Amino acid sequence: MNAIEFRQVTLRLGGRDVLGDASLAVAAGEIIGVLGPNGAGKTTLMRAILGLVPAARGEIRVFGRPAARGNPAVGYMPQTRSTGANLRLRGRDFVAGVVNGHRPGLPFPGKAGRAEVDRVLDLVGAAALAGRPLAETSGGERQRLLLAQALVGRPRLLLLDEPLANLDPRFQGDVVALAAALRAELGITILFSAHELNPLLGAIDRVLYLGNGQAALGTVDEVITGPVLSRLYGAEIEVVRVRGRIFVMSGGQDMERDAHRHDHGGAHALLGASHDHA
Amino acid sequence: MLDYDFMRNAFAAAAIVAAVAGLVGYFLVLRGQTFAGHALAHVGFTGATGSVLIGISPLWGLVALTVTAGLGMGAIGERLVQRDVAIGIVLALALGLGLLFLHFYTAYAAQATALLFGNVLSVDAATVRALLWLGLVTVGLLAAISRPLLFASLQPELAEAKGVRLRLYSGLFLGIVGLAVAECVQIVGVLLVFALMVGPAATAQRLTTRVAGGLVLSPVLALAEAWAGIALAFYTDWPASFWITALSAGGYLAATISPAGRVR
Repeated sequence: MNAIEFRQVTLRLGGRDVLGDASLAVAAGEIIGVLGPNGAGKTTLMRAILGLVPAARGEIRVFGRPAARGNPAVGYMPQTRSTGANLRLRGRDFVAGVVNGHRPGLPFPGKAGRAEVDRVLDLVGAAALAGRPLAETSGGERQRLLLAQALVGRPRLLLLDEPLANLDPRFQGDVVALAAALRAELGITILFSAHELNPLLGAIDRVLYLGNGQAALGTVDEVITGPVLSRLYGAEIEVVRVRGRIFVMSGGQDMERDAHRHDHGGAHALLGASHDHA
Repeated sequence: MLDYDFMRNAFAAAAIVAAVAGLVGYFLVLRGQTFAGHALAHVGFTGATGSVLIGISPLWGLVALTVTAGLGMGAIGERLVQRDVAIGIVLALALGLGLLFLHFYTAYAAQATALLFGNVLSVDAATVRALLWLGLVTVGLLAAISRPLLFASLQPELAEAKGVRLRLYSGLFLGIVGLAVAECVQIVGVLLVFALMVGPAATAQRLTTRVAGGLVLSPVLALAEAWAGIALAFYTDWPASFWITALSAGGYLAATISPAGRVR
């Protein structure tokens, strides 16, 4: 069965079509890297799969059923920004707050809830750091806890929105490896959005590249080509491969790196990096 | 000290209100909405003085206006509510209106001080009973929504995806804060609501990193500060509200600089 299916889907945000008439299918168990310039609709695509953004036209199916809010089969790790960065709460309680969180009642996980928290903390290797307050964790450690939250309730599809943003390069590799390990261990489907393709190479099965209201889904060799990306960027694109790394260039400029810089600014990137060293 | 009726009433009222304020305040601090609590108290001043003018007990005027305002703030949405200029203007207007109502009801000048700064030693038995029922309703409502509220506070985007209606819970919570504020005003007055709602909760979050620990510690601290404040007022003849604010501030300061507050 397909984990995700788009049938002639148009997604509209603020009067603009971020995706027009797109049809695509992601098989269960795949890891897909979701790429594209800023504003291409990576987050909107994930929110549509979650049922938070309705399709303007067409149909989105998740494991054969129409996309709808509150689907327990889907786990989600939103783009972090500063979630919980100032909280004095320990990581374990931060994760436990998600258990059955949609149901009314008291905020104390029972025995089964505590076992679930243990399970997800072990899965992401965060059991040891979960006793510390969030305010005293690094960006990379917080990322693991957010991933643990997404895994609560045993989802079969995991949507990871920019989990590498603001992370030091050496921690980026850890997060990518963790996603690959989760797929191997749990057999789940993963959508992993990122600014840059290179950190994902080797871990992903296929690429979903968004841009210009269009989407291209295929292997790296099929999608990351001059003609396909020129269509998605609406500009002449050249793809350069250097020692196993791939650079998307336009007029001598590295498009992905450029996008990264625009989004966060040099100072922020530096700040994130120094935070991880602390 | 406990031979006097007014002292027994004061301790009973303070115990009820401290429990409510400690529990509601924990979520208020966790959500970073303490300013909303302050705003609701100011709006409550208008309600209290207005109800005096039309001959209703100030407590019910307070409750009516703070709960309405809380639900309204939730309906407008948090983004708008956090615009400080708009809030500042509404707060000033609320206090101004309250003053106007007092002006029309000149015989009630003593009531103004009590409303603004609280007068726990003047709480009568009927008010204690009203506070008890209000407190039970407040805590009951909070308990019913506390799990989704915590989820929405910690990780709103994931909560939304999992089917938690953020706007609904935000509105319900601010309505509950309105109830709690109305109760707090009986002890420390409109201007000092922070002392019971925010001080103990913020101190508790410094001292424990656990949700359960915080939800126990916060009302316990609020109770200790309120009771100690009343006892000190009895022996010094200084206002109880002063002592409660002093203990609240002192507790937070101690927790912030002590090693216990930094490590755990």
